[in-house]
Amino acid sequence: MSVLVFLENWDGKFKKLSFELVSYASKLAGMLGEEVVALSIGQVDTAELEKPALYGASKIISIEDGNLKSVDEQAYTALIAGTATQLGAGVVILSNNNNGKSLAPRLSVRLKAGIASGVSRLPVSVSPFVVYKKVYSGKAFSNVEIKTPVKILTLAQNSFELIENPKPAVIEKSTAQADAQLMKTRVTEVEKQTGKILLTDADIVVSGGRGMRSADNWGPLLEMAELLGAATACSRPVSDEGWRPHGEHTGQTGKIIAPNLYFAIGISGAIQHLAGISSSKYIVAINTDKDAPIFEAAQYGIVGDALKVLPKLVEKLREVKSK
Amino acid sequence: MKILVCISNVPDTTTKVKFVDDLRKLDVNGIQWVINPWDELALTRALELKEDASNAVQMVTVAHVGPASAEPTIRKALAIGADDAIRVNTDPEDAFVVAAQLAEVLKADPYDIVLCGIESSDHNGSTVGGMLAEMLEYPSVSCVSSLRIENGQPVVSREIDGGKETVSVPAPFVAVVQKGIAKEPRIAAMRGIMSARTKPIRVFEPKAIDGLTGVTGYEMPKPRAACKYVDADNAGQLIELLQNEARVF
Ligand SMILES: Cc1cc2nc3c(=O)[nH]c(=O)nc-3n(C[C@H](O)[C@H](O)[C@H](O)COP(=O)(O)OP(=O)(O)OC[C@H]3O[C@@H](n4cnc5c(N)ncnc54)[C@H](O)[C@@H]3O)c2cc1C
Repeated sequence: MSVLVFLENWDGKFKKLSFELVSYASKLAGMLGEEVVALSIGQVDTAELEKPALYGASKIISIEDGNLKSVDEQAYTALIAGTATQLGAGVVILSNNNNGKSLAPRLSVRLKAGIASGVSRLPVSVSPFVVYKKVYSGKAFSNVEIKTPVKILTLAQNSFELIENPKPAVIEKSTAQADAQLMKTRVTEVEKQTGKILLTDADIVVSGGRGMRSADNWGPLLEMAELLGAATACSRPVSDEGWRPHGEHTGQTGKIIAPNLYFAIGISGAIQHLAGISSSKYIVAINTDKDAPIFEAAQYGIVGDALKVLPKLVEKLREVKSK
Repeated sequence: MKILVCISNVPDTTTKVKFVDDLRKLDVNGIQWVINPWDELALTRALELKEDASNAVQMVTVAHVGPASAEPTIRKALAIGADDAIRVNTDPEDAFVVAAQLAEVLKADPYDIVLCGIESSDHNGSTVGGMLAEMLEYPSVSCVSSLRIENGQPVVSREIDGGKETVSVPAPFVAVVQKGIAKEPRIAAMRGIMSARTKPIRVFEPKAIDGLTGVTGYEMPKPRAACKYVDADNAGQLIELLQNEARVF
């Protein structure tokens, strides 16, 4: 038996979330007395394929079929399910990111495997298999029992730390191919965001709300993000107004993130906004209204005008960073 | 072309959730139930597509798996503009049961485009749409932020980590939709509310289907440590605290 991890790649590279998955799988495999097998689909070179072993994978299977440049949900499901069945995997783990969300439910039906999505902790117990997850958009948690012999988990990004656990690993290049009959979707255009830190990947996020007053006031906020190597975000009304791009909107109906540090600047802290950011390790609030609900979620706060506070923070950061 | 929109009946997003029965059940007292926000956007987009005659969409149906108590939410969807509704009469144990009951109905009465929201705001599962697609052996595209019909062929945009893809996909298929699919959810007008009263809700009795998961109990989040305030005039001190106390950079 084994714990199978599906590893997506980005232009042939894994990223932090891939190793979070392997770290999680490795701890879970320890609880079960099993081994971790990582499955990579797509073109990834050997040096990269060796990396999952650093976090505890004993075997890395690489399916390189050149036809699999973008995800076809049916074809990918068949390949992952085929591998899981062949290995007799008891648990299959994917990220709770876009592609993980696309594939996990199809796999669940394929493998007759119950699913717990967006988990952030190891199971409370493995027999019965009970795992803790966020529900009601972070307002509560539930303990979900997966009753089927095979289990599927999707892991929330940035919620599980990397744990080095080097293993001698076997890399197996598989000749498995996507079933052409299943490939019914056709990608006609790809638009990629380049050079910017992805909001979902970022350790630090600087976010502005309606309290920033207008699109023209974003300068110091962007500068602070730049100095911190942070991604930028915003509340929904800000993207609705067109002050910032839609991709930056965080919250219940936008992106759900869990950075180490989240700056909420001129954001009131509406429950729908908190739904997207409440898993952040530290929240800093800057708001003119001392009674704004954001201060209840924050660990650090400044009651004051963002437009006056931000330049001071930038100044101090420059000083700190130049040391 | 026929479009089906699967809707989930959820507590209004401002609800302060509480649990009863030794933290085993949601306290439904005083909860206002609404159409899941993403499903509401999906319905809005389906109606927009139908209104443009060139798309040749004849019918927009909403489907819900749940007890009769969910009918006010279904009526809301009819008031917003759905032509008719399907309800499978059972209180589902998990998302798998929801998908399986819908699949049973759809096998007998297929739709060309099936829309599901990216998640239901109660259990945050992101699972029903993909499960349904697999059960029906339909292609699916998830994380969809736009949907149009070009010469009879559905074309969607899908969000990927760090970008966007345009994907064409043959009907019948399932689109799992999120932010962007419609600008604002449509609100029911008076005429819609009147006509919703007489629109048909087709009720199906459930098939015997067991869930794959169960909730053993709920927990409330631990209260966070109280906020530590820094004086606005001395804002730079915040940076020192983040660096030396929280050690986040
Ligand atoms: C179904 C549904 C889903 C939703 N989903 C989301 C979502 O995903 N994400 C989201 O963000 N919202 C969402 N909302 C909207 C949400 O309810 C709030 O309206 C929104 O989050 C408020 O954004 P805001 O904090 O930027 O603006 P406001 O609520 O207007 O708050 C602005 C804040 O800025 C402060 N302020 C004003 N001037 C200054 C200044 N000069 N310096 C410092 N502070 C200042 C004010 O005190 C106030 O606290 C949703 C709503 C619904 C109904």
